[in-house]
Amino acid sequence: MSNSLGEVDTLVRREYQHGFVTDLESDTVPPGLDEDVVRLISRKKGEPEFLTEWRLRAYRHWLTMSEPNWANLDHPPIDYGAISYYSAPKSDKDGPKSLDEVDPKLLETYEKLGIPLAERAALAGVAVDAVFDSVSVATTFKDKLAEQGIIFCSFSEAVREHPHLIEQYLGTVVPYTDNFFATLNSAVFSDGSFCYIPKGVRCPMELSTYFRINAAKTGQFERTLVIADEGSYVSYLEGCTAPARDENQLHAAVVELVALADAEIKYSTVQNWYPGDENGVGGIYNFVTKRGDCRGDRSKISWTQVETGSAITWKYPSCVLRGDDAVGAFYSVALSNLRQQADTGTKMIHLGRNTRSTIISKGISAGRGQNAYRGLVQIGKGAENARNYTQCDSLLMGDRCGAHTFPYMEVKNPSAKVEHEATTSKISDDQLFYCRQRGIGEEDAVSMIVNGFCKDVFRELPMEFAVEAQKLLEVSLEGAVG
Amino acid sequence: MLKITDLRANVDDKEILKGLNLHVPPGEVHAIMGPNGSGKSTLAHILAGREGYEVTKGEVLLEGESLLDLAPEERAYRGVFLAFQYPVEIPGVNNTYFLKAAVNALRRHQGQPELDAIDFLGLVREKLEILHLDESLLKRGVNVGFSGGEKKRNEIFQLALMEPKVAILDETDSGLDIDALKDVAKGVNALRGPEFSAIVVTHYQRLLDHIAPDRVHILSEGHIFRSGGIELAHELEAKGYEGLVRTEAGS
Repeated sequence: MSNSLGEVDTLVRREYQHGFVTDLESDTVPPGLDEDVVRLISRKKGEPEFLTEWRLRAYRHWLTMSEPNWANLDHPPIDYGAISYYSAPKSDKDGPKSLDEVDPKLLETYEKLGIPLAERAALAGVAVDAVFDSVSVATTFKDKLAEQGIIFCSFSEAVREHPHLIEQYLGTVVPYTDNFFATLNSAVFSDGSFCYIPKGVRCPMELSTYFRINAAKTGQFERTLVIADEGSYVSYLEGCTAPARDENQLHAAVVELVALADAEIKYSTVQNWYPGDENGVGGIYNFVTKRGDCRGDRSKISWTQVETGSAITWKYPSCVLRGDDAVGAFYSVALSNLRQQADTGTKMIHLGRNTRSTIISKGISAGRGQNAYRGLVQIGKGAENARNYTQCDSLLMGDRCGAHTFPYMEVKNPSAKVEHEATTSKISDDQLFYCRQRGIGEEDAVSMIVNGFCKDVFRELPMEFAVEAQKLLEVSLEGAVG
Repeated sequence: MLKITDLRANVDDKEILKGLNLHVPPGEVHAIMGPNGSGKSTLAHILAGREGYEVTKGEVLLEGESLLDLAPEERAYRGVFLAFQYPVEIPGVNNTYFLKAAVNALRRHQGQPELDAIDFLGLVREKLEILHLDESLLKRGVNVGFSGGEKKRNEIFQLALMEPKVAILDETDSGLDIDALKDVAKGVNALRGPEFSAIVVTHYQRLLDHIAPDRVHILSEGHIFRSGGIELAHELEAKGYEGLVRTEAGS
């Protein structure tokens, strides 16, 4: 299934069929990847030399790697030579001119999700000023944040304005050699978000950013870096929605979190990318590397995710518990319906003493969806009194879907306590009949049962996000029963 | 109120109900007794609209309106309530939330305004007292970790909240201690009135000592084999089903 080393090598080294003529004014570079494209991306963004060099080192390393194939996923090979690696915001002349030209099915979904009219146009790819591709991120309340010394901006802006922070922290959590997709991202990342919370500052608002994919055939390579300095706190929200497109879109993001001593980062994601249709056509391939480094003593990082979208999800938000008394948490709801495939979970790497981690994973499979939880709990030699609690529940709807659990544990310190609990259940006819007998219709009953199943995770989400997440599940599961 | 005429029904191609007739006038409580496998629970499920039963003949009318083509929730809106023999657990769904959703779904379909949280809580507190239910049950998941008695009391609690026209109690007394049995009876008796009918499905006379039925029917082999007053339940208690059948055959 995966490309062998040789094939990748050939693909990426393949010459452009149109010759290498890059129009610096063009919105999108021609498909394919080589060192010139990497340099071009860096030049277009006016990056300092250290970053260009870092990208190039990543690119050269990527050439030696092959696509991982250990996940419980099945997809046609990705043609990395057919992807365009840079796309600037554009007027989107090819896109629909107005909402009238947009697939009504898509609009119906937006309606159900309660997305404001103006935003629907943007989401559906209609030419609107506010539509961004991979270049920038809407940043809000910037002035208010600046008063407290908080930096929240696009990654590109951070590279220009705060290069020393980038140089100091970039790649220190996810090194450019980390894995196939992270390495590719390191070479070609387009933009993303940057956040720095100074010492002792409690960020006064939830920081949010919307990543949206709008240009067809443009792989998305966001890069996010969040740094919480000593004693600071931040809650960061990431939400995604994408319009329907026929072709599979590769998405390989990297998120790095750094929590210094006594700092806390809460990172929440609601992911709702196009899952493909009922036959599995279209849909996003989502190969994401997310990792948090609890670098300082008593630091805390929690990942909360609600994954309802994408044709393929490959994602393991992890915590490296380096500082003593550091705390890591992973709360996840992953839904796979239609022909969606999700292989997701977490890694908790305990290095410091008295480190603690909690993993709550809720997998929902419906339709022909395949859902796998893959988690690693590693207790290092020096991690005296480390503790982990893992709870891993699967809910099946119908008889054509699947749920899989792959827990890995490596314990090298005898004082560690590691607990793992797993359950698999079905929405039973008894439950549905019981609800319906009480006057609660079938769809409402399903969403009630599913929400009950996910409650432990939803309550970790900020309020508005929890509401959005529930709506998403309802929409995603429509017609899944009956 | 409820009229069942010549009802025949199959489960997996096996005929379970074989021409059942039953008429429960408004305001009356009828007991249905019968041996295991006689079709008591099948009847309860068919009345509530559970899938998996094939009705081959007959009709069921509620206030003159046919029920058989309606979905379970539609029947609930028209006033059919089933107290389950085995109440179902729904983990993570708060009992209060579930009850409020149910009560408001009914109110919506019956053209009444929905209750807000405060009004609902007032209603709940009033009914809790009748059943000696602990308020902590409201905060737990629906039936999750409830004892057998708590589950049955919770069913009757729902019955009290939903105030149906016809309640079907499917062996609600099984596994109950005497205190719980009395509370269940009290809950049902509190609802009795000219607008309320009930079918009490049971094996034993015990519950009927506390819910005095207007009529007692013996169900055997898929049809009503004998009907009478409370004395029939006493006779059954004395002779057993076998004895009752023999008496009938000899007379």
